[in-house]
Amino acid sequence: MSTTGYNSQNGAGGQPYANGPSQNPLLVPPSGAGYNIGTQPLYSNQMPAKAPLSTGPGPYNPGSYQMTPPVSSYQGPGQASLTRPPMGPVQPAPFRPAGPMAPQSQNSTPPPMPSAAPYAPQPTWPYGAPPVSVSSPPVPTMGNHVTPVPGPVPNRHSPSPYGAGHTPPLHHGASLPPGPVSLPASSATSSYTYQGAGQVPTPGEASQINSFDHLEMGTKGMVGPPPPQTGLAGRPTGQSYPSLPPGYANMVPSASPLQSPKPPYSPAHQPYQQPQANPAQLSPSLAALSLQSQSPETLRAVNLLQERNILPPGPVTPPTPCLPQDLQKLNCNPEVFRSTLANIPQTQSLLNKAKLPLGLLLHPFKDLSQLPVVTSSTIVRCRSCRTYINPFVSFLDQRRWKCNLCYRVNDVPEEFMYNPVSRSYGEPHKRPEVQNPTIEFIAPSEYMLRPPQPAVYLFVLDVSHNAVETGYLDVVCQSLLDNLSSLPGDTRTKIGFITFDSTIHFYNLQEGLSQPQMLIVSDIDDIFIPTPDSLLVNLNDCKELVQDLLKGLPQMFNKTMETQSALGPALQAAFKLLSPTGGRASIFQTQLPTLGVGALKSREDPNQRASLKDIQHLSPATDFYKKLALDCSGQQVAVDLFLLSGQYCDLASLGCISRYSAGSVYYYPSYHHQHNLAEVERFQKDLKRYLTRKIGFEAVMRIRCTKGLSIHTFHGNFFVRSTDLLSLPNVNPDAGFAVQMSIEENLMDLQAVSFQAALLYTSSKGERRIRVHTMCLPVVNSMADIFAGADVQAITGLLASMAVDRSVSASLSDARDALTNAAVDSLTAYRSSVLTIQQPGLLAPSCLRLFPLYILALLKQKAFRTGTSTRLDDRVFAMFQLKYQPLSYLVLMIHPALYRVDDLTDEGALNINERTVPQPKVLQLSVEKLNREGAFLMDAGSVMLLWMGRNCNPSFLSQVLGVPSYAAVPQNMNQLPELDTAESVRTRAFVGWLREQRPFFPVLHIVREESPLKAAFMQNMVEDRTESALSYYEYLLHLQQQTSK
Amino acid sequence: MEAAVFIFSLIDCCALIFLSVYFIITLSDLECDYINARACCSKLNKWVLPELVCQGLATVLMLVSMHWFIFLLNLPVASWNLYRYLKVPMGNMGVFDPTEIHNRGQLKSHMKEAMIKLGFHLLCFFIYLYSMILALIND
Repeated sequence: MSTTGYNSQNGAGGQPYANGPSQNPLLVPPSGAGYNIGTQPLYSNQMPAKAPLSTGPGPYNPGSYQMTPPVSSYQGPGQASLTRPPMGPVQPAPFRPAGPMAPQSQNSTPPPMPSAAPYAPQPTWPYGAPPVSVSSPPVPTMGNHVTPVPGPVPNRHSPSPYGAGHTPPLHHGASLPPGPVSLPASSATSSYTYQGAGQVPTPGEASQINSFDHLEMGTKGMVGPPPPQTGLAGRPTGQSYPSLPPGYANMVPSASPLQSPKPPYSPAHQPYQQPQANPAQLSPSLAALSLQSQSPETLRAVNLLQERNILPPGPVTPPTPCLPQDLQKLNCNPEVFRSTLANIPQTQSLLNKAKLPLGLLLHPFKDLSQLPVVTSSTIVRCRSCRTYINPFVSFLDQRRWKCNLCYRVNDVPEEFMYNPVSRSYGEPHKRPEVQNPTIEFIAPSEYMLRPPQPAVYLFVLDVSHNAVETGYLDVVCQSLLDNLSSLPGDTRTKIGFITFDSTIHFYNLQEGLSQPQMLIVSDIDDIFIPTPDSLLVNLNDCKELVQDLLKGLPQMFNKTMETQSALGPALQAAFKLLSPTGGRASIFQTQLPTLGVGALKSREDPNQRASLKDIQHLSPATDFYKKLALDCSGQQVAVDLFLLSGQYCDLASLGCISRYSAGSVYYYPSYHHQHNLAEVERFQKDLKRYLTRKIGFEAVMRIRCTKGLSIHTFHGNFFVRSTDLLSLPNVNPDAGFAVQMSIEENLMDLQAVSFQAALLYTSSKGERRIRVHTMCLPVVNSMADIFAGADVQAITGLLASMAVDRSVSASLSDARDALTNAAVDSLTAYRSSVLTIQQPGLLAPSCLRLFPLYILALLKQKAFRTGTSTRLDDRVFAMFQLKYQPLSYLVLMIHPALYRVDDLTDEGALNINERTVPQPKVLQLSVEKLNREGAFLMDAGSVMLLWMGRNCNPSFLSQVLGVPSYAAVPQNMNQLPELDTAESVRTRAFVGWLREQRPFFPVLHIVREESPLKAAFMQNMVEDRTESALSYYEYLLHLQQQTSK
Repeated sequence: MEAAVFIFSLIDCCALIFLSVYFIITLSDLECDYINARACCSKLNKWVLPELVCQGLATVLMLVSMHWFIFLLNLPVASWNLYRYLKVPMGNMGVFDPTEIHNRGQLKSHMKEAMIKLGFHLLCFFIYLYSMILALIND
């Protein structure tokens, strides 16, 4: 890749990173004077909904940095911090005086801060983050055409200290002089001080931003580290075709002579740059304004047939919408709320022309380490559309605000005039609600239909012969015993147990009993609850009985000969038991249900597993589970399904119970307590996370969008109760959602549109809370702009969900065709309406260059592959995951990351909490990248495979694996031994770091050349050819053929 | 005889018109969020079979009484109803499925369908009325 992004951004040179408003280099003083810049553009766009794009002297253009690797390393963090830092000042702490609610953040309570100027000169990040430093300084990578001033880096994230909407919009009429001087010296001001400090550029500052990012995102999300700088810098583009097929090689030189000289680029740095990438030529009407700003880098045409190594060395970052800097700074974290198109097309016809899906991907209940919580008796909402007040509304004057979704003018309530952060009056625009895109409200009683329910957990365990054989009961009981006290809840928490085989067993745990009492109901056709009030008991009061039961349960059924399973009646019993309160039922099932209602028959024909023909039976066999799920949903009961089974269980039918009741599905194929230790470990870790993670009860989520847009289809686990309302009996932090949008009315006169997801739930402590996320995106009217904002990961995620729907409603081959067509259509649209000069090759905009690769990976994914033996349940489970996994985990599931780990070095490593985490480069998924001397780690989201070549570096074997030779590597090795060598420490740090980024626990398998898992490893090599699927290059040729039709 | 056939068809047609109106009202209630998807679908699914029977009856009656034009007019609608009824996937709760009605614009297409049927039944109503009067005069 190249570094042209810098130059293009600011032809003037000097200040490579200068952003939008402050693009003019003259306006970018090193510090201090930043006030002036900020205020200038700011006043013009104080009313975001009205004129958000009319900013300042030069169009703002963050996106241009996007794909340039060296930048992207800053981009990720920088971008994250765009949304985050404003939260710092509005930390919950200052609210304390205002209300009784202590700040509640997800996993870590931020240390309380004194409300007076805590940030003053040197920013102290409130998350208690020890500074993390990138060991090689960022500067050298910038290339020779960039003035190596470290300054710009932080500048990017806070260019105008007053810019981010902090300045009162109502001061239009100048009740206060525009300028920092007028601001009251309160805690709110301190935030400015801090931001001002951010502007003094020091390398240390930059690294602190990173550190922040890591602590914030790193543990849960996929925003990765800044990739190793040296790797980037030392990656000459010319050498990136080590083993080119002939077709690749002879095309390379042709590109550079074509280079047209144009100001935005520095041609010297871009050997294969295509002339038509010049944005100024793309759409003359817009060239003057938006396109100059419109990132040339994301739009740069890439000939995929020529470029071999298209993976960025680090994580793929989402494109930044071309919003004014101050709005973008307030925009929602892309980990939480993300759109497939960062720039929304003006009309549906334009969207149809671009052939890209428009949709949103949400992770609304994500564990956040920073979340402002507001307690207030009146929650300010739009009177007509009920939108919550958010950073993108505009204040007409002090007393009125205009909704950014329906454009109604609303009054500002008296209470809102007081700002608890600064404890000042008359500054409604500085309230935390208007400063944070993600905020949580403690809801008053109007938001309750009934008193908040207690946390209620019911465990429904299969105890048939088959279940006892697998030995899962021990693990479940042990995990529960260990985590009984950390189950989320308060003093009202209730717990209950049901076991079932051909009959249903209830456990009376009433206080006062000396031991748990088992009640057997054998009438499974008409199930009833024997003693309704003593089966679900208060956990605190009856802890001993519960513990007794859990200790005894695994042995109780040791000798059972019962092979039947009456899952349906057990579910009915669970529903009856929970329906008065609502709550969570966790079902552990190990075989096909055979008795009573909901009995299923095996539908899988093992001979058809590898068939190239259409896969049957992807849809449910009965509507029993769906109906029951809807009943559950109505009574606020969510059902989570744990399926531990070797044989076919008809997950397609069973899964409905969780899918429509907003539960989650866990699947452990061929679980056995002795034969499959890796699964046991995964089960244990998953259970621990499952039992202790945050939970929200009786939740609903509403997704609102600006008038003219509407939601077309929903993806995820829930029941859609009305056009924009999702009913979620339980919500958990690991659930993702996606919606497809359509543009119903033209958005002609709009500059930006907003989306708001509001999640109303009861916390495990019995509080009613509302979590609101708001995202604002610009509206554009040129194809070039649409393509510039295409977010390849989000598009792939949405397409995957759509393809799952398609394969269930139509057929798998239809879905596969649709996926390929999606790639063909969008590339054709790009070629025909964005590129002005036609030239051979398969051209894709730089931001979509991974698109064909991801689509190919999807086609080879378990859910959609054909020709490779795939069990029906595995396939259906993969489909479930594609639908409800948050995007960040989904991407790894689709396209795993491959790293070489036998030569890890500390160069470019991250430093987190005194640990050095090496950052190897992400490799293409091709066997060509492997070699016998190396060891390679494949991170596929829920599983990690460490593959070792036959002649693997002996020092790696001894230093990391602790074995003398390759032959001595045990067959089923699932752990890296804790050796006291530098290599071992590095490898373990890296693996541990990867694991920390997701809430579930990926099991590590060590794969030798001849081990059975090698097939799994090789199947993930998506760029290679298999018997039934094309290689990446062949696929590209296929696409090329299709696009040039 | 002829008149009796048309009188019966007319009554049948009235029932179908009422049913169409009921479908439209219920669906628009759902659209405006007055009732939830579950209630709406269970209400509507109840009437899918009666609608199918009524329409089928009218069609068969026309066939038997050898009114070819009216029979051919009715046939597509009757077969569409039957096709739709038979095509419901096993896991769905009926022609109207509460979990899918908000997806892929299904609500809109159901609405459109009900509107078209209403128009069709109104047309049929007048044809029957005209034929009935004609038959009565001829008698």
